[in-house]
Amino acid sequence: MNNEWPLWEIFIRGQHGMSHRHVGSLHAPDAKMAIKNARDVYTRRNEGVSIWVVEANNISASSPSDKGPLYEPSESKVYRHPTFFDIPEEVGAM
Amino acid sequence: MYAQMVKSEASNEDPEKLAEFQARIDADIKIEPKDWMPQAYRKTLIRQIGQHAHSEIVGQLPEGNWITRAPTLERKAILLAKVQDEAGHGLYLYCAAETLGVSRDELTEMLLDGRMKYSSIFNYPTLNWADIGAVGWLVDGAAIMNQVPLQRTSFGPYSRAMIRICKEESFHQRQGYDAIRKMAEGTPEQRKMAQDAMNRFWYPSLMMFGPSDKDSVHSAQSMAWKIKINTNDELRQKFVDQTVPQAEYLGLTIPDPDLKWNEERGHYDFSEPDWSEFFDVIKGNGPCNVDRLAARNKAWDDGKWVRDGLLAHARKKQSGNLAAE
Amino acid sequence: MSVSVSNDALHQFLLRMGDNTLILGHRVSEWCGHAPVLEEDIALANTALDLIGQTQMWLGLAGEIDGGKSADDLAFLRDAWDFRNVLLVEVPNGDFGRTLMRQFLFDAWHSIMLGRLMTSADDRVAAIAAKASKEVAYHLERSGGTVVGLGDGTEESHARMQEALDYLWPYVGEMFASDEVDAQMVAAGIAPNPTDLREEYDALVGRILTQATLSIPESQFAHKGGRDGRMHTEHLGHLLTQMQWLQRAYPGAKW
Repeated sequence: MNNEWPLWEIFIRGQHGMSHRHVGSLHAPDAKMAIKNARDVYTRRNEGVSIWVVEANNISASSPSDKGPLYEPSESKVYRHPTFFDIPEEVGAM
Repeated sequence: MYAQMVKSEASNEDPEKLAEFQARIDADIKIEPKDWMPQAYRKTLIRQIGQHAHSEIVGQLPEGNWITRAPTLERKAILLAKVQDEAGHGLYLYCAAETLGVSRDELTEMLLDGRMKYSSIFNYPTLNWADIGAVGWLVDGAAIMNQVPLQRTSFGPYSRAMIRICKEESFHQRQGYDAIRKMAEGTPEQRKMAQDAMNRFWYPSLMMFGPSDKDSVHSAQSMAWKIKINTNDELRQKFVDQTVPQAEYLGLTIPDPDLKWNEERGHYDFSEPDWSEFFDVIKGNGPCNVDRLAARNKAWDDGKWVRDGLLAHARKKQSGNLAAE
Repeated sequence: MSVSVSNDALHQFLLRMGDNTLILGHRVSEWCGHAPVLEEDIALANTALDLIGQTQMWLGLAGEIDGGKSADDLAFLRDAWDFRNVLLVEVPNGDFGRTLMRQFLFDAWHSIMLGRLMTSADDRVAAIAAKASKEVAYHLERSGGTVVGLGDGTEESHARMQEALDYLWPYVGEMFASDEVDAQMVAAGIAPNPTDLREEYDALVGRILTQATLSIPESQFAHKGGRDGRMHTEHLGHLLTQMQWLQRAYPGAKW
């Protein structure tokens, strides 16, 4: 049996009110140890207020070859962006 | 550098795909792990990032050599934090390499049995306390020359690891200079230690950049792929130009009688290191090669029962949880 | 300070706290670059850094009372008989299992002790304890978790952890010994009587060791001689030889 510790992806909330952000990965025998290791590896410089760990195996990712169908259709929906609309200056901030 | 003389692989893949790949790199679009990439790019990167990671890990040893002899509590804490950072940097880099389909254990085994290399610099001993200053100032200084541009490297995970490393590394060189400055401004014995460290670390630091590669095909390919950003000679010159005034400030003599400012070039002229010594070190005949690898092998072998034990416990708990569901 | 107490007793008490963290921090730092896996290497360095930081505070305060000496003066310029750490922290690291078992046995005492010191009548002591206790709570969680993982891991890891516990257990009792210094600390409301911490300690350690499937040795024999400096182990002298070398060889130099 392969006895390498599983790989975990580490997400850290840097400050209160922010989202967790992927910061890197590490190895640990289980989730509890992964959190502790993340604390020791990725918050040495006071970088976090909350840690998520996910075993790398459990992440499903989109495929780069699907880039066209996944992301390009939204490119034409320009009306979703506020700059699409001209508002007369007299109306004020909107 | 931390990755010296990395050979690139030749590609024999679909020319159209290769052209598309190169176009992305030329447009500064990062390559991510799941993207198509030439086998040669993948292999070269594994070699380069792996060697870089190994250098961080073996690099813990010469500085770790002084942790228990640091002369003040503050110096001990600073040094320990710094050497710990090297372990962290090794960890980030192994993780970047792992996204290319090689495991950390595989890379480790290749380091331990000599199939993979680490930087020549870490095969030199640290003999007096000023060496700790010299390593931070000169060795980290040389490493930073290479690492800063590598933040822009084409492979996403490598680039992100380098960004994190550079951010953390910025204190390393400063602490080294601070430590050796105390010595250079200290008692006659301390000055002697500082000069002794300078004498021993100057040429090995220049060797870190590797031999001239301006005519190397490997280097040209790696530069086209943006996994190498500058030539070895460019970086070495930059390092010398930056370091000479810093040494002058300390009143330390760089052990090169031919070192002098060249007005015309706008750079310092300097002597090449002894490249036969460099190749000896690379081949395993440096002053500390055997000891360094023995120390890493011992840590790995002695640690096996710990890694296995903790994993066995985790598996037991997991199967216990499943049974309870 | 609310109650007057002899400076000498307070000084001794502070040395006991600071020498424990100094010597243990030194031992843990010996692992740097040699741990079983990178993540553990980094974690051990964090523990050592916390302990060195605590040493600066405890010995800093001890030095203040001792006529304006610095923490460095105390760490680097005393001989073995002036050290007041318990023997437990000066024994050699042994394998990773023994290092982590020693860490756990010390962390458990340390966390309980610091918890009491947070309400010390001496504000300076209380402030140091407040800062240190957060660090030590994490040390305990980490060392306790590792002791459980390795005790209840493979056959080999179990055997090694039991061996570590058997070796270290005779050094546990000294942490709970009381003498005249402790009596003065209790009277002044500065620190608890160490003997009174034993019950909580036994419950905590017993719980973790049970989870770790390890058996506490039956003998209650306890080595002593560290916290009063009467008789350290042979190991301390070697540790100091290394730690103090530069300061001793080049007196008066600034580093």
